[in-house]
Amino acid sequence: MRNVAKLGTFFWSALFAFFSIGAFAADNAPLERAPDTMQARVMGCATCHGSQGQGTDNDYFPRLSGKPAGYLYNQLLAFRDGRRKYPPMNYLLAYLPDAYLKQIAEYFASEHPPFPPPSPVTVDSKTLELGKTLVTKGNATRNVPACVSCHGASMTGMEPAIPGLLGLHADYISAQLGAWRYGTRSTVAPDCMGQVAKLLSDRDITAIAAYLATLPAPADPVPVAAGSLKMPLACGSVHN
Amino acid sequence: MLRFRPFRALTVAVFMAACAAPIEHAIAQSADAATVKRGEYLARAGDCIACHTLPAGKTFGGGRPMDTPFGTLFTPNISSDKETGIGSWSAGEFYTMMHSGKSRDGSLLYPAMPYTSYTKVTRADSDAIYAFLMSTPPVHQPNRPHELRFPFNRRELLYGWRSLFFREGEYQPDATQSAEWNRGAYLVEGLGHCSMCHTAINALGGNVKSKAFEGGLIPIQNWYAPSLTSNKEAGLGDWSMEDIVGLLHAGVSNRGAVYGPMAEVVYDSLQYLSEEDVRAMAVYLKALPARSGDKPAPPSQAAVEARSDLAPLGKKVYDQHCAECHATQGQGKPPDFPPLANNQSIVMNSSVNPIRMVLNGGYPPGTFKNPKPYGMPPFAQSLSDVEVAAVVTYIRTAWGNHGTPVSVKEVNELRSAPLY
Repeated sequence: MRNVAKLGTFFWSALFAFFSIGAFAADNAPLERAPDTMQARVMGCATCHGSQGQGTDNDYFPRLSGKPAGYLYNQLLAFRDGRRKYPPMNYLLAYLPDAYLKQIAEYFASEHPPFPPPSPVTVDSKTLELGKTLVTKGNATRNVPACVSCHGASMTGMEPAIPGLLGLHADYISAQLGAWRYGTRSTVAPDCMGQVAKLLSDRDITAIAAYLATLPAPADPVPVAAGSLKMPLACGSVHN
Repeated sequence: MLRFRPFRALTVAVFMAACAAPIEHAIAQSADAATVKRGEYLARAGDCIACHTLPAGKTFGGGRPMDTPFGTLFTPNISSDKETGIGSWSAGEFYTMMHSGKSRDGSLLYPAMPYTSYTKVTRADSDAIYAFLMSTPPVHQPNRPHELRFPFNRRELLYGWRSLFFREGEYQPDATQSAEWNRGAYLVEGLGHCSMCHTAINALGGNVKSKAFEGGLIPIQNWYAPSLTSNKEAGLGDWSMEDIVGLLHAGVSNRGAVYGPMAEVVYDSLQYLSEEDVRAMAVYLKALPARSGDKPAPPSQAAVEARSDLAPLGKKVYDQHCAECHATQGQGKPPDFPPLANNQSIVMNSSVNPIRMVLNGGYPPGTFKNPKPYGMPPFAQSLSDVEVAAVVTYIRTAWGNHGTPVSVKEVNELRSAPLY
């Protein structure tokens, strides 16, 4: 009798153990995994730059989408290595390897979300006119080249490393030109953008930024082909 | 044995002398190459590069500023440059520096150089690291003088500090433990210099032995280095070996990921170690005795009220901004979107890390095992102090988490913590 009871206990324990293991396994069933996409990987960028890099309402977080991959890659490297200083970006990228930064750059370069509507005009017509002149013609007497001579007639940039200038907020453009002028933003020598920015006055910068921000979306947002523009200056970040 | 050694050395010398010169050279070089390779590995284990190289600077050229509560130190050049590096040091002088914390000229090193840990390194390993450093290209870059406030700029003070906090001596294996445990102990206590951050330091900048590996706030950097003991509340007690190894080797695991200073350690050092060595470190860490350490105190009345005040807003913020990745019950989508439920780094006494993560986001390091990590976005620009305090309070107290609420003031103060 006692043996039978023992056997019964054993049976029930075994059964119980079996189901407990089942329950345990269910508890530890593999959880849902993160999507294996670049979009999921760059969610760290999305709160400031938008999930496709389209930019946000914030004046200081630029649109990334559609800019040439080489340009974006250069910026990611510069932020990671401290050549371009903005602590929140320096911090986020500090321990990411080159190959991955290249993929991130290629992801945003290949995205083409719609452009934001142009900004309303916030400066007087004389300033706006000055901006238009500097952007499209430059100022020969002061040796200031036109923006379009490197960034393209429709200002969508040139492959592989010259950025488009559209879809950006005026405050962002003016902050960047200021940073180039003071040397807090720089690139590998010869630093062509630094040279140009140092020729600009405060008023020039306000005018250029205001004019660019009021421009509508380009008909074709794709950067022009590498080498298709004859640049007036040598630029270290562009191998041409 | 000893009596025979000179004889053997003499025999070898005679044999070598008898060989043609090019062959002798080749033999010496091949022996060196193996040592140099081992030295490179050990230098990775010691993470020399992190402090002795500026970001994107020339490797081992030094000059990296180290902010301390006592002023700023600038790391020296340890490249093979004879004039500005350590190219004219001997292996013996290098060992004395590692082992005794004394520079070539006899001056005492500031303990930002982790010689309290490196003293445990064997002479053979020190020699291999030396051989590796000598094999690296010379970087001609003069050392920048430290900028320490009086009286900390007086190195004599270090005699007192050393008598309190420094015990010189190589690692002595514990015969009662496995070879794996001993290897782990050697790496964790020696080259890994884990205690530099994971043991709290006192006002004099010294590690408190009785609190070894119980965790502590890293001064200036303002990150909390969590407890590594086997304590179940705060330490590695209920972590699986796979998760510890994953965290240290890949930078991510099913229990959480590394960010901030630990991301740097994994990026520059641990990912380069063999999995066996990382596993040995995990074996040793998991066997550290559990101590009360970071045990949470029962919540005060004020804390309970703060929780009930902030949690509803916290849940709202969570559902809107966090649940997509970390899931509605905080279970995450591990390892890429870390779980927040039952995650010690969320609930530990110090709320510094979860607040910082919400404010600044973060990417785990890109490693051989996890080359394309997923990133957490920063919310400093889009959430107010109250919203951040509310959501951190929520994740510290929801889903069975036993953390304490955080205050708006704590959040506000951490907005100005250094990022980079």
